[in-house]
Formats: sequence, C-alpha cells, structure tokens
Amino acid sequence: MSDSAYLVVDKVTKSFGQFQAVREASFTVRRGEFVCFLGPSGCGKTTLLRMIAGLETMTGGRIVQDGRDISWLPPSQRDFGIVFQSYALFPNLTVFDNVAYGLRGRGKTDAEIAKRVDELLTLVGLPGEAKKYPSQISGGQQQRVALARALAISPGLLLLDEPLSALDARVRVYLRHEIRELQRRLGVTTIMVTHDQEEALTMADRIAVMNAGQVEQFDSPAAVYAVPSTPFVADFVGTTNILRAKLASPGRIVSGGVEIEAATPPDLFPGADVRVCVRPEDVMVRGVNENTPNRVDVTVEELVFMGSFSRAKLAGPKGMSISADFSANLLRDHALATGARIKVALPADRLRVFPG
Amino acid sequence: MRTSLDRDAISQRAALLFAGAILLVILVLPLATLFEKSFQNRNGEFVGLANFVRYFGTPSLVASLWNTLWVSVLATCIVVPLAFVYAYAIRRTTMPGKHVFRALGLVPILAPSLLPAIALIYLFGNQGIARFMLMGESVYGPIGIVIAQVFFCFPHAFLILSTALAIADRRHYEAAEVLGAGRLRVFLTVTLPGVKYGIVSAFFVVFTMVATDFGIPKVIGGRFNVLSTDVYKQVIGQQNFEMGAVVGMVLLIPAVLAFVADRWVARRQVALLSARAVPFEPQKHPLRDWLLFGFCALIAGCILVVLGISIWASLITYWPYNLSLSMRNYAFANADASGWSSYFNSLTMSVLVATIGTTVIGFGAWLVDKTRGAEFLRGVVHLLAMIPLAVPGLVLGLAYIFFFNSPKNPLVFMYGTIGLLTLNTIAHFYTVAHLTTLQALKQLDPEFESVSASLKISVWRTAWQVTLPVTSPALLDVWFYMFVNAMTTVSAVVFLYGPFTKLASVSIINMDEAGFTAAAAAMGCTIIATSAAAKILHSLLAEWLARRTQAWRSR
Repeated sequence: MSDSAYLVVDKVTKSFGQFQAVREASFTVRRGEFVCFLGPSGCGKTTLLRMIAGLETMTGGRIVQDGRDISWLPPSQRDFGIVFQSYALFPNLTVFDNVAYGLRGRGKTDAEIAKRVDELLTLVGLPGEAKKYPSQISGGQQQRVALARALAISPGLLLLDEPLSALDARVRVYLRHEIRELQRRLGVTTIMVTHDQEEALTMADRIAVMNAGQVEQFDSPAAVYAVPSTPFVADFVGTTNILRAKLASPGRIVSGGVEIEAATPPDLFPGADVRVCVRPEDVMVRGVNENTPNRVDVTVEELVFMGSFSRAKLAGPKGMSISADFSANLLRDHALATGARIKVALPADRLRVFPG
Repeated sequence: MRTSLDRDAISQRAALLFAGAILLVILVLPLATLFEKSFQNRNGEFVGLANFVRYFGTPSLVASLWNTLWVSVLATCIVVPLAFVYAYAIRRTTMPGKHVFRALGLVPILAPSLLPAIALIYLFGNQGIARFMLMGESVYGPIGIVIAQVFFCFPHAFLILSTALAIADRRHYEAAEVLGAGRLRVFLTVTLPGVKYGIVSAFFVVFTMVATDFGIPKVIGGRFNVLSTDVYKQVIGQQNFEMGAVVGMVLLIPAVLAFVADRWVARRQVALLSARAVPFEPQKHPLRDWLLFGFCALIAGCILVVLGISIWASLITYWPYNLSLSMRNYAFANADASGWSSYFNSLTMSVLVATIGTTVIGFGAWLVDKTRGAEFLRGVVHLLAMIPLAVPGLVLGLAYIFFFNSPKNPLVFMYGTIGLLTLNTIAHFYTVAHLTTLQALKQLDPEFESVSASLKISVWRTAWQVTLPVTSPALLDVWFYMFVNAMTTVSAVVFLYGPFTKLASVSIINMDEAGFTAAAAAMGCTIIATSAAAKILHSLLAEWLARRTQAWRSR
C-alpha cells in the first residue's frame, strides 16, 4: 500500500438552509486504502459519500481525487464505481447485461465484453448465474452483481453505501470478509458508509466516525476504539462509562468524592467540569487492595449474563454508577453475586478525560 | 461555484424547457386569454368587473348557479354512499361474484355521459316505458339530471373508494377485536378513519364532475338551466363571448376548490400504512355477505338496465309505433349530415390523443422525475401539469376558442381541425396521465441514473433500455385511459369542431336536439362498443407485454 494521498476532502460542507448536513469535513484517503464512514443515522455520512460521487452538490469546500479537483464536476465526469444499499440492479436486464452495462458503447467487441463479464462474475464468486434476472437470485448474490457492475469499468474509487444492511446477519458477516479480500486483491481505493461499528472495525483501514455532520475522529480501528478523541466516539464505538467529574489539579480529578489520577487535557483550570470515559472491560477487579491507585468501593447492584462474561452494574459513592465486565472465571473465583461489596480500580492509562 | 453540466444535464434541461413550452401553449395561454376576456367588453376594452356585475344582476343566470349547486350536492350525496357500500362489499367481504360486480360497476366509464340521459328518456320520458314510476313528475329537469349523474359518476366514486378500502392493516382489526370492540365500533373506529380521506376525495371529485358536466343537462335538463348549459347558450346561441367567459370563470370555482381539497387530502394520506402492515383478509359472515350481495346485484342490475335500454332503443325501428328490431338507426346520415364520418373523426382523434398524449406526457413526467438538479424548472413543469385537473372541459374548450380563434395567433390555422381537437383533449386529460406515469417512475429505484452516471452511460440510454421497458405496463394503461376519454368526451370539444371534424359525442347532441333520439342512442352504443373493444385489446396487449418485456418479474 503506497502512502500517497489519493482523495483529499477539504472542509467539505453541505447546508440545507439553516441545517448543516455536513460541516467542514476534512481528511485524506490514501491510495488503495479501505475507509469507513461510521455514524448513527442522520449524521451526514451518506451525504458526504454522495458529494464525493457528485450526486449531491456541496455548498463549500474542495474535493481532490488523484490530483484533480473534482469539486464541481458532474458525476459522469468523475471516476468512481458505486454500490447502493438497494443495489439498484436493472430489473429487466439479466445478470450478464447488468454487469456489461458500463462496458457497452466503448468500442469493445461483444467477445471482449463477454470475457470481461465472465472474469468479473468469477471474481465475485458468481460464475454460471449470468442468464438469470436479479429477482431470481438471492440478496447476497444481487449484492455481488452490483459490485461486479461497479468494478467493470475499473474505477479508481469504489463507493459502497451501506452495501450490507439489507442482508441477514450470517450472509453479512461472510460478505464482509469477501469484500475486504476482493478490495485487497484489486487494490482499489474504497469508501464504505455504515452504521454498524462491527462492520467498520473489522473491515476498515481507517474509520471516519461522524456525528451531527462532523467528522469527530479519523483514525485506525484500534485507535478509534482505544483512544477515542471525543466522548461521542467513545460511546458510539463499543460501550463506555461516562462519569461526571471535576478537575482537582492537572493529572487529578474528583468524581463522587473519589480522587482519581488520570491524564487530563491541558488548558483547564482546577474546578472545571470534565467527563471521564472508561470501558467496562477495563474496570479492574482482580488484585485490588487498599493501596491500588484509583480505587473505588462499590456494591454489585445487578448482574446481566452475556454469555462468556457478565455485565455488572456497580454503585459507587454519591450516586456514581459504573458498568464493568466480569468474566465467568472471575465470578466463580470471587463468588460474586448481587449485593456483594467489592473494591474495583479504574486504571489511569485506560481513562480518557474530556472537558465538559 | 456551481456544478458544471454534462451533456445529459444540458439535454434534459432543454427537453424540460420544451415540455414547459408545450404546456404553456396548450394550457396556460388559452386560460390566460379566457381570464382576460372576462374583464373585457365586446370590443376588447378593459371594463373591470362590469361583466361580473352584469352576471350577478341577471336573475336567470344566478338561478343557474343555485340550480348547479343543489343538483350537484344532491347527486354527490347519493353517489358517494352507494359507491362506498358497493366498494366495501367488494373489498371487505367474502360475498360471491366480486369480479363480475367490479367489472359491471366500471361499465359506465366506457360510455359518454349523454348515454344514461338518453336511456332515462326511454325509461321515464314522455313515452317512456316506466313513466308511471315518476308519479306525474317530468324526467326532463333536475330529476333526470340527478339520476343520470348518479350513473355517470358512480364508477369514478367507486374507483376512489375501492382503492381506499383496498389497503388495510389486519393488525388494527385484531387489536380492536382483542380489546372487545363490537362490529359497529370496529367499523366506526378502524374502518372509517382509515378511508376518510378517500371519502372526502370522492365527494369533491363527484361534486366537480356533476357541476361541470355538460352532456347530461343538455340532453335531459329540459328548461332547467345549469352553469354548463349557460356557457353553451351564451357562446353558441347568443355569441355573447364575454358573458361566456364570466360563466366559465364561475365554473372554475368548484373545480379549483375540489382540486385544492384533493391535494390536501393526498398529502395527508401518505404513510397511513407502514411497510410492515399485514394485509387484511375478510372473514366469512353470511348475513352481511348476502345482504351486500343483494345490494350489489341491485346496483349492477340498474347499470345493466340502463345499458340494455340504450342498446335496445338503438335497435328499435320507430319507438313506440314500430317495435321491430333493425339497424336503421345506425344509418346516421338519416339523422345527421355528417353521418358515420363523425364516428371516424372520433376514432382518429382518440388514437392521436392516446398515442401523442402518452408519448408527450410520459416523456414530460420522466423529465420531471429524472432531471438531475433543475429543481425550479421541474417544479414549474409539474405544477403546470397539475392544472388541467382543476379546469373543467367546458372552460378549457372556451379558452381554446378565445386563444386559437384570434387572428393575432399564428396558430389560428389549427382552428376547427382534428389537430386542435387533439391538442385540447390531451391538455384536458393531462394530469391523470402525468400522475400515473410519475407514480410508475417513482416505483423504480431512484439510483438507476446515479449508477448510469458512474458507469458513464447517458441517462437517455438508461431511459430507453431500462425505464421504458419497466414502465411499459403503466404507459399502456395511460394510452387506454386517454383513448376512452377522448372517445367519450363532449364538454371541451363541443366548441372546437369544424365542418369536417364533428365528433361522435357531439353528433349525439346534435341528433338528440333534432329529435333523432334513437340515432343518438345508436351512436352512444357505437362509442361504448369501441371503448369496450379497446378495453379488451388493452387486456390482451397488457398480457402480451407482460410475457414479452416483464419476464424478469417471475421468480
């Protein structure tokens, strides 16, 4: 994978009157990279994708693809293939004709077209289905046909708009892997819109987490999960505890009367309100004693069985409430049950402190 | 900065402008001329509201306004409940013979409005076979008008209500039942609220149809004047064009009100039913089913009687003196100088209207739906396309006289030709065809064009290879709709025919006026037979088309 910038999105904005669907989105996609736009519905991720395709006009900013400013080009003059959530397969054309749709009228002979379609259908794992109509094949198969059709003209950029959400769970997991493999093999720069964090975490090289029209974080899946840059990202990707606290001094905060050590953001004065994020699986239970830093005395209020682990709701001092994940082992070793009074610790290196 | 336009965008915008220009010429300019005329005197000088003042100062004209109102309200209040029960029986019960009843309920659509009026003359006229049933009252006047309008409007109300009753969510009924609601309560709290917009819409549509229809009051109105006959008398009889224009403007009022109400209803009706709804399946309930069967049989029987009387009357040699059957009345030249040529004029015009109309309107609807960007232009063209629904045929015909018969108009050469009759009829029925096509287009995936653009394929090619084949069944429906309406229409064309372009429906009026009622009935039957033949052809074509281009629909 080369490091060259392939797609530069620079302060791209889309407003409908007063409402801003996308606000100054900026990031750079490298050549051959797989990027996911992740966010709740209405966060502007699809609008951003459509602006990259030229299907929506932007109201501000700049998009540069492969060194060419495409901001004001109509879609037909841009270089991309697209797969929609609905697939938008032409219902009256066979699988073959759908895939061949973009190949015709470009001076190719029928034999060349047939060969290319064959190649593409093999590539997406659908040889032998060429003569069927879209309504005669399964949803997962339709999805592959749409992919083959988009790839037929060898686009520089592949855009996928929630391509998997219309499928049932099992097919979805399987196709995730398939699409990622295919993308690696072809090396085509790809942007996929999804609201499914698992999809984004497992498929993407980098994720743009979006909220209310803004890109809140653009980073690798591991970084987005481990080092979320805003409380929204922490909460939206995975599960997290958000505790209200006040800054005592740089590096020290107070929540529910408990003093906690943590890396605190600069430029804050003592007494400022902060929010502390910690993931349930990072709450420490084993080996916590009087001397463990960031110790909190809690009561187990509720235990919800989740299979390989149980999620506990812990009540701390002064109304503090923390969720923590306890493995089956731990529950057995400590004979934990509802009502038990235990000590837990919030490891300083796992805490993220945000202003507000 | 603005997005630069590609070839598709430029060609679509150009075509959209052209579509707008067509609507301007065949609709907006004529109506504007009518509007202008109502404020001018005979010499074309602006006189403000003087014409209106004179209109409301003429007792006989104001009386017509009142007549039109109460007759329309009465007819509407009879038709809508009848049509509701009929549609309810077909949609919500397990009564036998639903398909037959549905077909029979729609038969009157195939006939011009004049035909039920003529049938009533044979039934209840001065020499009618069932005259005793009126107990001394004359059928010529409000009684005849109301009964004939009920027949004429029934299928339209039935279609609207049948569509409204077709959709229902079984879960609502199950929930009501589980909560212990009785039948009446379920009907009042679940069924009625679900179709209330359909009922409102049916009321407005029928009211407008009755208020603006010309054929029925002309044939059976006798000395009972209504607005539509006033327009005709002022313009054709007295050549008083200004007063005709004023009555035309008055006639616009109910239609415009109905139009606004209908749009309001249409906006509210969306999303009454979620995509997850469980379709309603009627349960057996013998007493209700057989009672409603009896009701439907009665209505269908009446329709058959009217139809049967018309056919029978057209075949009787000389009512009531020589009851032997013959085809004498079908030799139209005996009754009207234009003879059979008026029928062939109608046929020619209907084929032209259906073919040109479907092409132009279908194309226009495609442009309105599929042009990328150009929101303003699309909005304007769509708005223009909606206007005809609010314009009664009679008013449109009048507007055409003013616009196309003016020596200043370069299109004046079209006056009195089949070409103008065709344009007028296309404009008259534009809206329903436009909406039908638009609805078919909306069912397609909106991203077809986006995919084409990404594949660098022109939208025109996608239109030809995908959109046209997929929407062809809807276009065939539009063709048939335009054809039947062109065959049966009277109101607009009655002002516009020339010496060699008289239409069948107009010749019915002329023959009836001249006392050749049997020949008029015969011409009416000829029109019905033609519409029915077109209907059969339509079904056959639809089936062929389904096999040919819709193979992909089968799994």
